[in-house]
Amino acid sequence: MSATAGTSKQEAITARDLLPRGEQRRKLRRVRHAKDLATRAVVSAAGYGVVISLALIFIFLFIEVAPLLRNASLGDPVSYPVPGSEADTLYLASERYQEAAVRYARDGTVSFFDPTDGRPLLQRVVNFDGGEVTSFGSGEPRTGLVAYGLSDGRASVVQHEYDLSFPDDVRLVTPRLTLPLDEEVVVIDEQQQPLDVIAIQQGGTGIGIAASTRDGRLLLTRYASRRSFLTGETEFVQSNYELPRPPAAPTRILLDITMRILLVGDAQGFLHYYDISQPAQARLLDSRRVLESAGASVTAMEYLLGTVSIIVGGSDGSVAQYFLVRDENNIGRITRIRDFRTHDGSITSIFPEFSRKGFVVGDATGGLGLHYGTSASTLFLKNVSDNPITNASVAPRNNALMWTDGTGQVHYASLWNRHPESSLTALWNRVWYEGRSTPDYVWQSSSATDEFEPKFSLVPLSVGTLKAAFYAMLFAMPLAIFGAIYTAYFMSPKMRGLVKPTIEVMEALPTVILGFLAGLWLAPFVESHLPATFSILILLPVFMLVFAWLWSLAPKTLRFLVPPGWEAAMLIPVILLTGWLCVAMSPVIEVWFFDGSMRQWFTEVGITYDQRNALVVGIAMGFAVIPTIFSIAEDAVFNVPKHLTQGSLALGATPWQTVIGVVLLTASPGIFSAVMIGFGRAVGETMIVLMATGNSPVVNFNIFEGMRTLSANIAVEMPEAAVGGTHYRLLFLAALVLFGFTFVLNTIAEVVRQRLRAKYSSL
Amino acid sequence: MRQWFKSGDPWIWLIGGAVSISLIMVIGLLLLIAVRGLGHFWQPPIVETTFHDEGQEIVVLGTIRSAETVTAQAVREAGFEVPEEQDFVDRYLFHIGNRDLTGRDFQWFVGDFLEEFRYPEDAIMLERREWGNFFGYLVAVKQGDEVIAEGQEAFDVLPELLDRSNELVAGTVRLERYDIGRINFAIERERLEQRRVELDDSLSAEEKADRIAASEAEVARLNAEYDELFRELEQLRASARRDSLVARTSDGREVTINLGEVVRATRANTMSVPDKIGEYVARFWSFMSGYPREANTEGGIFPAIFGTVMMVFIMSIVVTPFGVLAAIYLREYAKQGPVTRVVRISVNNLAGVPSIVFGVFGLGFFIYFLGGNIDQLFFPERLPAPTFGSPGLIWASLTLALLTLPVVIVSTEEGLTRIPKAMREGSLALGATKAETLWKVIVPVSTPAMMTGLILAVARAAGEVAPLMLVGVVKLAPNLPVDGQFPFIHLERRIMHLGFHIYDVGFQSPNAEAARPLVYATALVLVGLILVLNLTAIAVRNRLRERYKSESD
Repeated sequence: MSATAGTSKQEAITARDLLPRGEQRRKLRRVRHAKDLATRAVVSAAGYGVVISLALIFIFLFIEVAPLLRNASLGDPVSYPVPGSEADTLYLASERYQEAAVRYARDGTVSFFDPTDGRPLLQRVVNFDGGEVTSFGSGEPRTGLVAYGLSDGRASVVQHEYDLSFPDDVRLVTPRLTLPLDEEVVVIDEQQQPLDVIAIQQGGTGIGIAASTRDGRLLLTRYASRRSFLTGETEFVQSNYELPRPPAAPTRILLDITMRILLVGDAQGFLHYYDISQPAQARLLDSRRVLESAGASVTAMEYLLGTVSIIVGGSDGSVAQYFLVRDENNIGRITRIRDFRTHDGSITSIFPEFSRKGFVVGDATGGLGLHYGTSASTLFLKNVSDNPITNASVAPRNNALMWTDGTGQVHYASLWNRHPESSLTALWNRVWYEGRSTPDYVWQSSSATDEFEPKFSLVPLSVGTLKAAFYAMLFAMPLAIFGAIYTAYFMSPKMRGLVKPTIEVMEALPTVILGFLAGLWLAPFVESHLPATFSILILLPVFMLVFAWLWSLAPKTLRFLVPPGWEAAMLIPVILLTGWLCVAMSPVIEVWFFDGSMRQWFTEVGITYDQRNALVVGIAMGFAVIPTIFSIAEDAVFNVPKHLTQGSLALGATPWQTVIGVVLLTASPGIFSAVMIGFGRAVGETMIVLMATGNSPVVNFNIFEGMRTLSANIAVEMPEAAVGGTHYRLLFLAALVLFGFTFVLNTIAEVVRQRLRAKYSSL
Repeated sequence: MRQWFKSGDPWIWLIGGAVSISLIMVIGLLLLIAVRGLGHFWQPPIVETTFHDEGQEIVVLGTIRSAETVTAQAVREAGFEVPEEQDFVDRYLFHIGNRDLTGRDFQWFVGDFLEEFRYPEDAIMLERREWGNFFGYLVAVKQGDEVIAEGQEAFDVLPELLDRSNELVAGTVRLERYDIGRINFAIERERLEQRRVELDDSLSAEEKADRIAASEAEVARLNAEYDELFRELEQLRASARRDSLVARTSDGREVTINLGEVVRATRANTMSVPDKIGEYVARFWSFMSGYPREANTEGGIFPAIFGTVMMVFIMSIVVTPFGVLAAIYLREYAKQGPVTRVVRISVNNLAGVPSIVFGVFGLGFFIYFLGGNIDQLFFPERLPAPTFGSPGLIWASLTLALLTLPVVIVSTEEGLTRIPKAMREGSLALGATKAETLWKVIVPVSTPAMMTGLILAVARAAGEVAPLMLVGVVKLAPNLPVDGQFPFIHLERRIMHLGFHIYDVGFQSPNAEAARPLVYATALVLVGLILVLNLTAIAVRNRLRERYKSESD
């Protein structure tokens, strides 16, 4: 342009020359149009992005929760001939990585094979030293311990183990069979009677073997393991005991891992409980029939993981769970805890899971069932064979099932059963957990031991959430709503200009600060000034009224010094004085009425008092919620059309009558939505509850006890939860519940507010 | 009086009282934090007194942390013989320090059994790097094993020697943090390089061997450099520990304390007010700029401040464009109808969703899903140790960006609403496209509103803790997220955070009583930051409202 401008100075300047040439203009137009479109696209994308973000949160939380709702499912079974000998299969078990499995046969053949295709890996034969097999018993599946009872009163104890190595970074599982007692055959019965029933268990103190002999004696042999100081090898010290004779011939014996409890089942369906904590003085403490239908007999019985619960399967197809519950004399009673879905045929085989409280059940009609103890749920029950299931087994990681059905075939199928612990009943009903005397709502997600039964009741958390929110609202609602009405309707504009930013500052205060002050300052303060806390509650309104009355009696000259609308400011010294008086009087009141300590007095009257309790949470969380409710309610009251209130006043109503009859009535939807939003905030608040309570999941509404809320629970447990586990997903469920709950509250509040706005504009 | 009740006035007073109570609570809370937080840095006098306990006399030396009046009953239950006719007793919480000698820092003493308070001039308080404070009487100062000063003279030489040792200690810290840190970082990088070469299938065996050999050589060189620096470090350390002081404790024991362990020595009872003010400023500064010590219960909070600022900064970069554009969409582009209603409900709901839910979402989606996949794609050599697949700065920032999105949207939208229609129409009438109107007229004019939104978002983010506990903050971060090593800003690192620091030190600390003033001070910093941000935002917004009120008239 500038080059042409220099040469064309003398030429007449036409409009055409001033404008860019046509082509340039077209180009510019195209660019501008493109920019316009691009802007529109980017801006719209951001707009929809908000919706997408919200949807993404919901969808993602839901995806994480969804597996909890999924039922267990069994893949297509693979079948192959039984590896090893032709003799009956006694026991089947597989290894963690599903690269090896083991089968014990009646003739002593132990064959290791690949469970996915039946390829044999290793075969061993247990040495019976001339005896014949009369019985078979196994310890908890995770121990890999089994015992053959022999016809000469002796037993062979073997253990299958798997060595894991990583040659060339590839996992290699090498199975081996070991002799845990260092001897191939051990003597159980000195009198050399055949062992008709045998049970073996490994506990922290060593190995225990219990057996009943052909002539009806009940024997217990314990091998206490002891590490030799010189060689560092484990030695076993054997001790034999004879227990009191059971009332009938045993059909099944169970020995627990603490070596304190021995359970004997007989053909009539009775279960007998022996206390063997001191084996020499073993006593029969309880007996009861464990089947409900007459004539049925117990056909299978097995401990669940941890050897606390017993699963009893009967010839009538019933499956029930029992464990010992201590009665008022502190004696364990065999108690029926829960029933599972009945199978079509007699129960033939029960196999517990390795790391959870579930079990797989086989029956005589070829039905295979998968049940879970804690949640009392039957995950599936279906017919997999036309023949009776003789042995069933579940993989250590609960990802496969294996069974035999007397046809000379082993069947293997993959299994999806990740979250049997969560069912509607387990989450929301009272559940009878192992070791407890009654069914209860308990949240206890983890513990140090492997045998721990996770307790996932959402009731304590939900109750805790509502409790915290309830007390917070109890504190916040009157202050916020009354304050909002006063600020919007009575307060002088000048003071309002000061109050509103203060409330905004209040809203901005981080909850971590409130929680910290509540936990470290307020809670000890309240505890040591309990009388002050209650006297403030009573005296504050009284003193405010007294002051107001005195003021109304004051001479007019004085009253006119303060214009109306400044009542709140005048009350500040009154409140401060009352507060100071109450705190100063607090020890005196304690000395006069409570024997020197109100805290002590609470204990004497039987009120539980935690230092960090619902009262403290109520005040702190109320503080956090007040500004939310206040600003929305104030907005609603302030925007009540002026002609309504002026009309009311003109008709002779007092300002207070106008407030009650006109303003409140018109603004009530707005106040309602303010309360909804405040409630939503209280429900989701985390830090205050986390810091100002003891976080114990209790189910009560006692104001002097703490609580654990859904949100605090997430904050505490989420970092430790194993990714993808039931606990992890339940925490996501808690988040989803919070999300859903606040979503509903906020949407209701928003709709109500939009309606109200429409109403105001029409008035 | 009946008449008075009928008029409704008492009820007006009562509801007015609700406002007063709220105001008192807010202001009281701010004052409480301010007094406690600021009081932390003020040097109290060192009190000496004698405690009589069943015939025994124990000399107590320390500062008084708090005093209270309790009912005599409570004291009797604790095993003290208080006269029957006495109803109340005073008791004092002494900070007696010397945790290494006595096992505890704090002790309550019942006032009835204490003699009059004395303020000995030779009492000193030492702030130590380990074991908390020391209270005692200065006896002598030693250089090596040789006493160089005693009595008053010792007080005179002590500051100089302390400055020297502190300087040297600072030198060792610098050496460790920067030079040795750099070498460790480089060695780690070489290890990863070797792993990457191993995993790279496109390379032939010889190439791999070559590269690995080169890397090994580099590691060897770095190790040699490390050894040299380590020797230097040892020398510095030894030099810093040259001097020591001898002090007598209240129970008469003489202890030698190496000056390398002492951060600060104060002879509180001879300090004048200007001295104390100087000391106050120095302590406040070292609190703001120092690194934490002793499981966060002592020292400074600089990493927490830095972490908070970094996180908020990255969050702002994400949330500002997103929020502003969304607000523009709502106000300028979208047809007011069902779609905008859905967007608006979404905004309101985002604002109402509990913050912990954002944390859960951040953990599951950002960290495990996004981060896990990023690790698989870009950092295979570091697996199974996660890089982006674990909580870190970037995820914390993104989570908070989502959390504060509604704040920016609402505030910007309010600003856009206030722009007079005439401005838009004028621009369009002159032939500008919608985009040009937007960028050249609307956005510049509404910048203050956007600023308000951003400030409010920053204030909200700075105070939010619950979600961060899941997505990226940590009790003690060994390294700041920004340092001299490539790529300089380490987005995957975990950070320390002021709010979490309060929670952690106040509630998870082994020595809660000692840490409490520090928590108040930290709270004060956080509240101060948030108050300043909020008041700024309120001021900006009010000015904006005033401006458009006059323009639209």
